[in-house]
Amino acid sequence: MISRIEEKFRELMKKKKKAFIPYIMAGDPSLENTKDIVQMLEECGSDIVELGVPFTDPLADGPIIQRASERALKAAVTLKKVITFVRDLRQSTQIPIVLMTYYNPVFKYGEGNFVRDAKDAGVDGVIVPDLPPDEAGGLIRSSRKASLDTIFLLAPTSTPDRIKKVAKASRGFIYYVSVTGITGSRLSLDGSLDKLVSEIRKCTDKPIAVGFGVSTPEEASAVSKISDGVIVGSAIVKRLYESRDDLKRYVISLREAIQ
Amino acid sequence: MPALKELEEAFFQSKKDKEFQKELSHLQKTYIGRPTPLYFARRFTEYLGGAKIYLKREDLAHTGAHKINNAIGQVLLAKKMGKKRVIAETGAGQHGVATATGAALVGLECEIYMGTEDMKRQALNVFRMRLLGAKVTEVPVGSQTLKDAINEALRDWTTNVRTTHYILGTVFGPHPFPVMVRDFQSVIGKETRKQILDAEGRLPDYLMACVGGGSNAIGLFYAFLKEGIKMIGVEAGGEGIETGKHAARFAGGSLGVLQGCKSYLLQDDDGNVLGTHSVSAGLDYASIGPEHPYLRDKGIIQYTYATDDEALAAFELLSRTEGITPALESAHALAEVVKLAPKLSQKEIIIINLSGRGDKDVQYVARIKGIEL
Repeated sequence: MISRIEEKFRELMKKKKKAFIPYIMAGDPSLENTKDIVQMLEECGSDIVELGVPFTDPLADGPIIQRASERALKAAVTLKKVITFVRDLRQSTQIPIVLMTYYNPVFKYGEGNFVRDAKDAGVDGVIVPDLPPDEAGGLIRSSRKASLDTIFLLAPTSTPDRIKKVAKASRGFIYYVSVTGITGSRLSLDGSLDKLVSEIRKCTDKPIAVGFGVSTPEEASAVSKISDGVIVGSAIVKRLYESRDDLKRYVISLREAIQ
Repeated sequence: MPALKELEEAFFQSKKDKEFQKELSHLQKTYIGRPTPLYFARRFTEYLGGAKIYLKREDLAHTGAHKINNAIGQVLLAKKMGKKRVIAETGAGQHGVATATGAALVGLECEIYMGTEDMKRQALNVFRMRLLGAKVTEVPVGSQTLKDAINEALRDWTTNVRTTHYILGTVFGPHPFPVMVRDFQSVIGKETRKQILDAEGRLPDYLMACVGGGSNAIGLFYAFLKEGIKMIGVEAGGEGIETGKHAARFAGGSLGVLQGCKSYLLQDDDGNVLGTHSVSAGLDYASIGPEHPYLRDKGIIQYTYATDDEALAAFELLSRTEGITPALESAHALAEVVKLAPKLSQKEIIIINLSGRGDKDVQYVARIKGIEL
C-alpha cells in the first residue's frame, strides 16, 4: 500500500511540480487556532502539513519555534492532544500530515502505542529530529507494520554511509537540513546545496525535501529547483504572530514560488 | 552524528597516544596541582563522633573544583582535532571557569552558555570566565538553568560543528561523552586508592559524593567498583521531595531520553521535562549520567538525597570544624556523612569527594541568610 505522502509526491512528479510543506506548531497559541491555520494552508495550495509537537527542550529549534513551543505548552498541549486533534481534523481535510516531535514524548507514550494511535488518528508520517536511525529500530519496525512513514534527517555534514543509512530508514521523503544548525538559521544559496542534494540522489530515488532556513519566496524558488519539496517553518511561525492577512499573502507567495 | 564519530575516534586514539598521555599527566601535575591531597578531617570526625572521615581535596585543584580534570583533557583533544573554538555549558560556573581556563592555556576561542538564573546565583564565576577571555552567553529560555544551557550549547555545536568542539562538563549526553568524561575524572579515584592505602593500609568502608550529572562521583567511585565498598551518591533534595522542588532523579524520576542520552529523568506523564530546584546550581539538573542508573540497578552504588537546609548546615559545619568551606554541591555529600558517620564505629572509614570549594557560594549563602555584603 502506498502512503498518502508517497502518493502526493508521485502526483506532483507527474505534473512536474514540487511539494510545498509548511510547518506550524500545534497549539500555538491554541488548537482551535491551529485548525484554522491548517485550513488556510490547504486552501493556499500546500501539499503536506508538518505539525510540530511542543516539547520543553526543543534542541533542534531556533528561538522562533522555541517560543512557539513554550506558548503551546502553556496552553497544555501534549502529544496525546495533538493526536486527538489530528483525528478531529480528518473530518474536514485529507491533506497529508506529518508530526514533528522530539523523542522523549514518544518514548514516554510508548513507541508501539504512539505509532498505533497516530496512524489510527490519520497521521501520515513522523519526524523525530533527536532520534537517529541507528537508535530508531523499534520505532521503524512499529511504523512499517502500521504503514506510518518515518522521515529522517540529513545534514551538510552527512557522509555517504550516513546518506545510505538515512535513505534506507526513511519512508515518504528524506528531510534534508540545508544548513548546519537549527531551525530558522540563514540559508546560503552558494551552489553547495545543489551539490549535496545530487550526492543524496546518487544513493536513493526517494523524494528529498529541503528545510531549515528557507524564508523568502526567492529562496523557496531556488530550493524547489534542486529538490522535490520545500519546507518552511520559522518564517511562517513568526508571521502567525503578526498579521493573519500578511501570513496568507506570504503563504500564497511561497506557493507561487515553488513550482 | 559525524561530529560524535570524529570525537569518538579522536578520544580512543588519544588513549593510545603516548605523547598525548604524557602531556596530559604533565599538566595534571604542574598545572592542575595533582595529586590533590587526601585529608583526614580530625575535628569534623570528632564532632560527629563515629567513623573516620577523609576528604579528597578536589577543591584544591586549580580553579577550585574537579571540573578542571575533564576540561584540560578535552581542550587537549580539541587542539588535536584541529578545532579553533570550544564551547561549554555551565551551572555553578565551575565547569565554565575550568573550560575558559583550559582554552586560555592552549589558546582556543571560548564561549560559555549559562542560564539567567544561574548567572544571578554565581555572579563571581561569570566575572572569572570573562576575566579568562571567554564570552559568557546568557540563556534566558526554559528554566534558565543548566539543562537549558546544555540545549543552547548543543544548538551552537550543530551550527558550528566544523570549527568547534563542545566540552560537555559531565558524564552525560551522547556517546562518547559519558565514557570520555569518566575517563578524564577517574584520576580522582586512582589517586584516592593509593593515598588511603598509604594512610591506613586498607581500603575505605564508604565512599561518598554528590551527584548532579555525576562526574565527580564516577571519578571517585570508578577505581573502587569491584571492591564491594559501600558507595553513596547524594542528589539534591531541594525543599523536599514532596514539594516537587528538588533535583532527586532517583527519588522522583523515571526513565527518559534527553539531550542524546537515556537515563533517569524528572518528567511529567507526557514526557515533558520538569523544572528542578536546588540551592546548588551544579546539582540543579533534571537528568543524571546514564552509568549511574546502570550501577544502581546492579546494586553497586546507592543513592540518597540531602535537602537545601541540610546542605547549608553542612556547609557551615565543615567551615567551622575544619577551616574548609565546601562548594554547596559537595555540601550535599557532607550532609549525608553528618547523618551516617555517628551511626558507624570509629574503626570504619568514610571518604568524601570534596569536589569543589565554596568561595563561589559565599555571597549567595549570605543572601539566603539575609546578610548584606
